[in-house]
Amino acid sequence: MSEQRFSGVAASAGIAMGAMRVYRPEAAAGHSAVIAGSPEQERARFEAALQQVERELNNLAEKADAQGKEILQAHLMMLQDPELRAMVEGSVAGGTSADAAVTGATEQFAALLSSLPDEYLRERAADVRDVGRRLLAALSGRTVGLKLTRPVVVVAKDLAPTDTLGLDRSLLLGLVTEQGGPTSHTSILARSWGVPAVVGVAGVLSAAKDDQTIVVDGASGEVVIDPSSVTRDQFRLRMEEAAAQAERDRAEVGLHAETPDGHRVELAANAGRPDEVALAMERGAEAIGLLRSEFLFLGRDAAPDEEEQYQAYAAALRAAGGRRVIIRTLDIGGDKEAPYLGLPKEENPFLGVRALRLCFRRPELFQAQLRALLRAGVHGKLAVMFPMVGGLDDLRQAKAALDQARQSLTAEGIAHEPNPEVGIMIEIPSAALLAGHLAKEVDFFSIGTNDLVQYTLAVDRGNRDLAGMYQPYHPAVLSLINQVIQEAHSAGKWVGVCGEMGGLPAGAMLLLGLGIDELSMSPSLLAQIRRLVRGTNYVEAQAVAQEALTRGTPEEVLALVQPLLKKG
Amino acid sequence: MAEKTFTLTNASGMHARPAAVFVQTVQKYPGTEVFVKKGEREVNARSLLSILGLGAAKGDTLTIRSEGPQADEALAALAALIEGGFGE
Repeated sequence: MSEQRFSGVAASAGIAMGAMRVYRPEAAAGHSAVIAGSPEQERARFEAALQQVERELNNLAEKADAQGKEILQAHLMMLQDPELRAMVEGSVAGGTSADAAVTGATEQFAALLSSLPDEYLRERAADVRDVGRRLLAALSGRTVGLKLTRPVVVVAKDLAPTDTLGLDRSLLLGLVTEQGGPTSHTSILARSWGVPAVVGVAGVLSAAKDDQTIVVDGASGEVVIDPSSVTRDQFRLRMEEAAAQAERDRAEVGLHAETPDGHRVELAANAGRPDEVALAMERGAEAIGLLRSEFLFLGRDAAPDEEEQYQAYAAALRAAGGRRVIIRTLDIGGDKEAPYLGLPKEENPFLGVRALRLCFRRPELFQAQLRALLRAGVHGKLAVMFPMVGGLDDLRQAKAALDQARQSLTAEGIAHEPNPEVGIMIEIPSAALLAGHLAKEVDFFSIGTNDLVQYTLAVDRGNRDLAGMYQPYHPAVLSLINQVIQEAHSAGKWVGVCGEMGGLPAGAMLLLGLGIDELSMSPSLLAQIRRLVRGTNYVEAQAVAQEALTRGTPEEVLALVQPLLKKG
Repeated sequence: MAEKTFTLTNASGMHARPAAVFVQTVQKYPGTEVFVKKGEREVNARSLLSILGLGAAKGDTLTIRSEGPQADEALAALAALIEGGFGE
């Protein structure tokens, strides 16, 4: 039989080749034969099924990661939904079997969600049906789910969220579904597990049989059943290339980002949570150039106290094993809000009470964070960074607050690091223009290019209509960055970049040429940027950067940098 | 009884996470009935499915009505949640 090719939505990158396991849960379902008992009996069956499913979901949640837990939490809330219960109880009281009542009620909600214009909410119909299916299985004494016994690619019409969560990940090579989109649970979970997946593959199920060979390319969206030997070889080659690339990345993890002519840049990683620090170190980060502290403050009902913050910062510092961790003080406001702070709605939040401006208005909040940071400093190499500094006043006020925290800890006899490195984000154009003054009063700068670009060009980076105008390579931005680096170096201070520009090949090359000391980026970008730096002569990068400073448009700047990127 | 009208300002509207936080907040006031109304449809605020079913998006107007011993407290807590953009 000749191979059959399909294409779908590339949902999770990676290539898988192996035996297929076809999942057809609908074949096992069906309850038409159930004869209703008395309303009291049916009601009791429903109650027992509710309790069983609640146990099942709690068991799954115990083994799930954060993503999975959130999905299961939503399922538990649907299971306990008072309106769903009222609907089932109403039908049962009228003489319907519990099975038919559950089907009717869950289908009614699924149909309601399916009718909504929002794609994300439409996808939630799958969650209601999943809850209904579990209830039906519990009513008829069956268990649901797919037990894997050997490594396979799972093919299904659609996988209910709890099906995916119940799969043994060590035996899961890949996932292919006929339905679903990039925001369905299958896609989200596959990405978080690093399992190749293609979804929305029309017609794949009718061609699929257990144990046939299938290849899946989760980056291109290609799926081939019964691949010919030529096709197999092609995909093997792709797998080998991907594996070789990963191998090269691993081999280079210990290498410094040093140009052939001997100029070295520190490669650091950005982290959003303490548990991301270890991963960044595995990928070869030499430091943490930005640990955002917002993770402690968002998605909760009250501010974290000093002790909770201390534990979290200490965990990050310990995970870094003595390497520098720059922790940025609270940057809330603007696009990130915490309801318990009761912040007034602002007309223009990016220009409003955010970050330091908020901290100055809430001294108790700021002091708790600064004390926690200094206390955690004894567990590693701490650097404290203040965001949204507009000029010397902001910096001096922030440093005075840090002094106050230090003095209170000393007075109370609590162990702490008295002299951590202190730096500021350069993200407001006024701070870039005053870099010479600021440099005298800090240990380092870190340029937050995302906001610096937004504030310099007056372009909202979240506004899709202006996406084309958000230009990190704009000569005006480059000129500010150049000035910041020059002024810092004249004062004997170091400068890094923690915005996205540092992880983009063209951005990293320009920054290298301008003399940046540190580049901090998402850990997944480290390997590519390291290779790029190791392949570029510093004198060449400098020449390009100096030339770029004389140009008038972002397009001209990019055209100058392009020749350097071929070496990556 | 207490009642107040809001405009949803968070980017994702009443997606699963904001809706779940909303229902959990209502659950803190066991003796109090809370209803959410969008357009002509009013639903039980303890029902996650009904709230998701409103399909409320950013910019939509919602009216929240509460009745019972803690009507004012419940409304204030929900107001803080919505006006704070659900922490997004």
